[in-house]
Amino acid sequence: MIWNAFVLALREIRRNLMRSFLTVLGIVIGVASVITMVTLGSGATAQVTQDVASLGSNLINVSPGQRMGMGVRTNAPSFKRSDVLALKNELRGVKAAAPVSRSAITANFGNAHWSTSLSGTTADYFEVREWRTQQGRLFTEAEERAGRALCVIGETVREQLFGKESPIGNQIRFHKMACTVIGLLQSKGQSSFGSDQDDIILMPLKTFQRRISGDQDINLIQVAILQGLDTSEYKRKIVKLMRDRRHLSDNEDNDFSVMDMKEIANMLSNITKVLTMLLGAVAAVSLLVGGIGIMNIMLVSVTERTREIGIRLAIGALEKEVLTQFLVESVVLSTFGGIFGILLAFVASSILAMLMSVPLVFNIWVIIAAFLFSAFIGVLFGYFPARKAARLDPIVALRHE
Amino acid sequence: MSQPLLALQEVCKVYGQGAAQTPVLNHIDLQIAQGEFVAIMGHSGSGKSTTLNILGCLDTPTSGTYLFDGMHVEQMSTQQRALLRRFYIGFVFQGFNLLNRTSALENVELPLIYRGLSREQRQQLAMDALKAVGLEDYAHHTPGELSGGQQQRVAIARAIVTQPKVLMADEPTGNLDTQRSHEIMQILQSLNQEQGITIVMVTHEEEMAAYAHRRILFKDGQIESPELPPEAV
Ligand SMILES: Nc1ncnc2c1ncn2[C@@H]1O[C@H](COP(=O)(O)OP(=O)(O)OP(=O)(O)O)[C@@H](O)[C@H]1O
Ligand SMILES: [Mg+2]
Repeated sequence: MIWNAFVLALREIRRNLMRSFLTVLGIVIGVASVITMVTLGSGATAQVTQDVASLGSNLINVSPGQRMGMGVRTNAPSFKRSDVLALKNELRGVKAAAPVSRSAITANFGNAHWSTSLSGTTADYFEVREWRTQQGRLFTEAEERAGRALCVIGETVREQLFGKESPIGNQIRFHKMACTVIGLLQSKGQSSFGSDQDDIILMPLKTFQRRISGDQDINLIQVAILQGLDTSEYKRKIVKLMRDRRHLSDNEDNDFSVMDMKEIANMLSNITKVLTMLLGAVAAVSLLVGGIGIMNIMLVSVTERTREIGIRLAIGALEKEVLTQFLVESVVLSTFGGIFGILLAFVASSILAMLMSVPLVFNIWVIIAAFLFSAFIGVLFGYFPARKAARLDPIVALRHE
Repeated sequence: MSQPLLALQEVCKVYGQGAAQTPVLNHIDLQIAQGEFVAIMGHSGSGKSTTLNILGCLDTPTSGTYLFDGMHVEQMSTQQRALLRRFYIGFVFQGFNLLNRTSALENVELPLIYRGLSREQRQQLAMDALKAVGLEDYAHHTPGELSGGQQQRVAIARAIVTQPKVLMADEPTGNLDTQRSHEIMQILQSLNQEQGITIVMVTHEEEMAAYAHRRILFKDGQIESPELPPEAV
């Protein structure tokens, strides 16, 4: 009997190709969009987590001002060089601490120019970030203190300014000064913030303060603690030290913030998770719209189908036989649509993930949920109108207009 | 007289409810013996189709009893009546009631599907039935591609393909010319004479009623001249 119903259902699907096609299409689009959006969102989350982990788990950022929500900071006095020395010398277990002051500049070499970020820092920075050169050398502590016009550049800057030429020993110009390139950094690639970590020029802090910023302010101190030590304990120690140095009384809030990479990672992955949920919600709406489309198609055909059911009942079909046929028909259509939607989602997410350079993270539960939902919609709107019709007296069903 | 195959006793049919109630059949008594060929005649709206629907187990009487081969149809469940239709009754509707976008052959096959026959058997029997009504060349046409008369014949083929015990035909020649009508009547007559199928036919035409053993005349929901079956004369 099931086989019979299966044959009848396939016949009915083929006989109403347009209706079947539209039904399947609705499900395909709904399922594919949900899976694709969630997959890309999960991929982005995984990317962020992975990136932040690669920054190092022993890194602590100390910056002036308090973080008030996303990227907003309250005004607070910036750090001085003495703060960096204190962090480095007064806390045991701190491997290195480096000040970072940044400015956006346009660098020129010959006819080439390139807008990039210029950071003034000390030799400690390379230790904190565990960054080596692939060509040339890093600047030394002595060169930093002397405020020499030297710089170390990232791979992207080299590519933009020098092309095939070797950068070492050449002078690049920016902000009315010339600066000799002494080293080319190893490539680090994209950061979790979406920015290119190799798009950077590093120069001695002293030089930066004298020639670029014109003040003694430091906007960020990056502290590396020895491997294996507890970062949260060091965060507390750093907070205490900085409060002392900034003469904050007990009832005053911190006017600086201390964050480790784990926190930054959490924050970023929370943001991407919210985005994923948002995308998922948008996609769920499209699944729902697909479902409503299916419902319309089914309802429009209900007059014709009621007559068909009447005919089948009149020649001796049982209610349950008619219903089995309709159930099989709905299940076949929605399964077909679901499978097609999943395949489409695989293709679409693979391509999009490649374009967006995020890893491909398929979530089996989302796939299952989308599939079940599509099956549910199909069965709901295919089966229930039919059930109503199959319960009619054959003569009433036949008269249905 | 032996037990009749079909027997209506005191059957009433009322459509609608409350103030909108319209009595359509009024205390009908009717007996049809096994092997009979009966013509039901009467004015439009006199209740012929309603009676035939009740006899064909498509509809149920509001009151009264209906015995099919001694079984009380009015006490049967929907499912039991469906099985009765499946195995014993062939029905030709006044409005054909064929499946759209479905070939003549598949339409005729339909009752056989519910009898669980194999594909080959179904196609063989359906083709034979189409031949019997002279439509073998139109087996793959859909109702939309057939004339009214041809659709009528597909409907007849579908009713006789199962070789039912009883054939109910509601104006089977209503859409046909005289020539075709006589051909159809000859088919019905041979089914009746050679295979002993009991036939109940509604018709308006004297000429076609002449093929039947007896006529039953309906007027305003009642039987006006309940002619006696031949063997009772
Ligand atoms: N479902 C229904 N609801 C209400 N009234 C109905 C219904 N079906 C039939 N009737 C009424 O019952 C009466 C008998 O109808 P029926 O179809 O039996 O007539 P008929 O003798 O077959 O007529 P015709 O020769 O035109 O086919 C008609 O007056 C019709 O209006
Ligand atoms: Mg009628």
